[in-house]
Amino acid sequence: MTLEVDKLQISYRTLRGDVRAVDGVSFAVDDGEIMGLAGESGCGKSTLGNSLVYLEGRMKHAGGTVRLDGEVLPISDQRAMGRYRLKRVSIIPQYAMSALNPTRKVGRMTAELLKSRGVRYDSVEEELKRRIDLVGLPQGVLGMYPFELSGGMRQRATMVISTLLDPSLLVADEVTSALDVSTQRAVGEMLMEFRDERFVKTIIVITHDLSILAQVADTITVMYAGKLVEKAPAATVVGEPLHPYTQALLASLPEVGVRYEDAPLAGIPGRPPSLLHPPAGCRFGARCPFAFEKCSQDPPFMELRPGHEVACWKAVRDIGGTSVLAEADQPGTEGPAGPGAGSEVPAVPRPGAQLASPTSAVSPGPGEWTGQGTGQP
Amino acid sequence: MSLLELDKVSKVYKTGTFGGELKPALREVSFNIDKGEVISLIGQSGSGKSTLGKIILHLVPPTSGTVRFEGTDISAIGKAGLRDYYRRVQGVFQDPFSSYNPLYKADRVFDMVKSVYFPGVRGTDWQAKVEAALESVTLNPGDVLNKFPHQLSGGQQQRLLIARALLLDVRLLVADEIISMLDASTRVDVLNLLVDLKRRGLGILFITHDLSLGNYISDQTVILRQGVVVEMGETPKVLGNPQHTYTKSLLAAVPQLHKKWGELGAGATVIPAGEVRAGSSNGKIAHDEVGRYSKSPLHPLRQGRGGSGGPLSSVTKTAGGRPSLMELEDAPWQRRGPKAKKSPSAVLSAYPAPPLQECEAGHFVATES
Repeated sequence: MTLEVDKLQISYRTLRGDVRAVDGVSFAVDDGEIMGLAGESGCGKSTLGNSLVYLEGRMKHAGGTVRLDGEVLPISDQRAMGRYRLKRVSIIPQYAMSALNPTRKVGRMTAELLKSRGVRYDSVEEELKRRIDLVGLPQGVLGMYPFELSGGMRQRATMVISTLLDPSLLVADEVTSALDVSTQRAVGEMLMEFRDERFVKTIIVITHDLSILAQVADTITVMYAGKLVEKAPAATVVGEPLHPYTQALLASLPEVGVRYEDAPLAGIPGRPPSLLHPPAGCRFGARCPFAFEKCSQDPPFMELRPGHEVACWKAVRDIGGTSVLAEADQPGTEGPAGPGAGSEVPAVPRPGAQLASPTSAVSPGPGEWTGQGTGQP
Repeated sequence: MSLLELDKVSKVYKTGTFGGELKPALREVSFNIDKGEVISLIGQSGSGKSTLGKIILHLVPPTSGTVRFEGTDISAIGKAGLRDYYRRVQGVFQDPFSSYNPLYKADRVFDMVKSVYFPGVRGTDWQAKVEAALESVTLNPGDVLNKFPHQLSGGQQQRLLIARALLLDVRLLVADEIISMLDASTRVDVLNLLVDLKRRGLGILFITHDLSLGNYISDQTVILRQGVVVEMGETPKVLGNPQHTYTKSLLAAVPQLHKKWGELGAGATVIPAGEVRAGSSNGKIAHDEVGRYSKSPLHPLRQGRGGSGGPLSSVTKTAGGRPSLMELEDAPWQRRGPKAKKSPSAVLSAYPAPPLQECEAGHFVATES
């Protein structure tokens, strides 16, 4: 495992209290794996990606550990992280097109960046030129200012510079979102190529677009309101998703070559809950059409099928049966015994707490459609 | 008579220092929008799709050609006629977060409509009218009225702007990329709202770069490339049986859920995993290996737009036998060459739009050079 994240918690400090943007997230990424991280805006996916590279001042590392190649990353210590950035961990930021210093030529900016990492420019110059060639940029870009390049060229230059020192982990935050379909394809294939050429060992691709991830990623992780809800190989997430949220997201994607006159798609009613005071139990409960009593308890993120991890009581019930649910209510017992389970002991939250009707389980947010998503199963 | 008729609309922008360079953004675009019809205008960035939207909204004058709305040429309507024109034609734009003034409450956009168009309407009548408009975009008035923009979600803000357009006697809505800033879970709601408005007789020009959205919503599709219509007609025919190379390449680049890009096989071929997995753990790759690898026809981006910037005439065929999109993007006037022609009409006549031919009923394709 190149990257292991264990119960990571990141919160934003605000005047009204801490906003838990990433709330106890655990996952691992293999060597050579491209992991896709999907979710709605505000679900914490960018916060999770950024925290692995650069923890901003308003972000607080509230708990959990991150290991890269077996070594603990000091993500809360800015000075210590400086030694890892660019060399071991790197990021293509969300606004890669405007990430370059406008007052420096690209080559000089790169040289300054390398100097700050204690690397001589001459020692990597040849490799830099080769990679510039590889992504189809003219050699002249090193002598140009960023404003002389088009958006797509700037994006490619940023990708080359941020992976120049062969980091183990690359976080690609919404790199395809502002692009046309053709450029999206080119950038997506470039990410795969960077992995194949071993410029980077692992990549976390953050996007809200599941269809891009179906193309690029090996595994897809879906995040909702600060928690992971599903993780599986890309084909499994797209083909047989278990979590109702993933199913609803996929069902709301229009595809080319299908006529929709008779069967219009449906969106997901409601809005994600506020993370300032997140509701108890399943955070998707208020919008979930399948919510039942059990959903007032926090669902554990566990492996229900080999390689397929889900945090959903309905999926537990469908796969393990109702008896498993009852067992999970007894503190001290083994927990759900689905195939592959047991690798994680599910956290059983306060039994008996708020076992009321499904509608009262989660206080609905102030959004539109209030109460419409809490139908009976 | 169609609701809106575009007849050979062209637009040349002046760019560069002192407007020294002329760029044709649109060349002889002609199509009609009928009542109760959604036309999606699909193109990449820089294809001129937003320019066309602005021309229809009377924000930018066309260089040549005419736009007729309900039979009248809109270039001749004058200032007084413009107010009446905007009563019937309205636009909604891409970024809902910057369409509002963050210092004012969001429903102020309704008050502005009232002061310009309905100064005589009484407060309570107006309130009822606003609420009816909000109902028709499936918003709960209590949720959105009296709120600041940051308290509303992107989908709510976008629907509020559509509701504002509905307060007027709107017949044509220009929707310029209104979906692209929204989250997956809310974008379908806005799409379905447009379908609903269409059923009520509204004509909609849906401008997008996303073929799957265009496919979902539209009756007619117009594919625009470099300001030229390359293919247009009924959506199932254009997207189901594309004839032009450009349309085919666009379709091949659309990310699909259950089909990999490589399986579609246009432009790029994907090297099987393992074959190129070379090099030691520090990531450096032997140079002969790279030489072989970079010669493989893997990337569209590696071939086009390079130092030489291949013009259209010297398009190199890639593995699939089709030119890649990046090469198609290169237009003659984008190359730095001899001094550009001085007058807009000379530029337009130097680069005439290829004629459209009907390849089947209701399906037109531009001839390829």
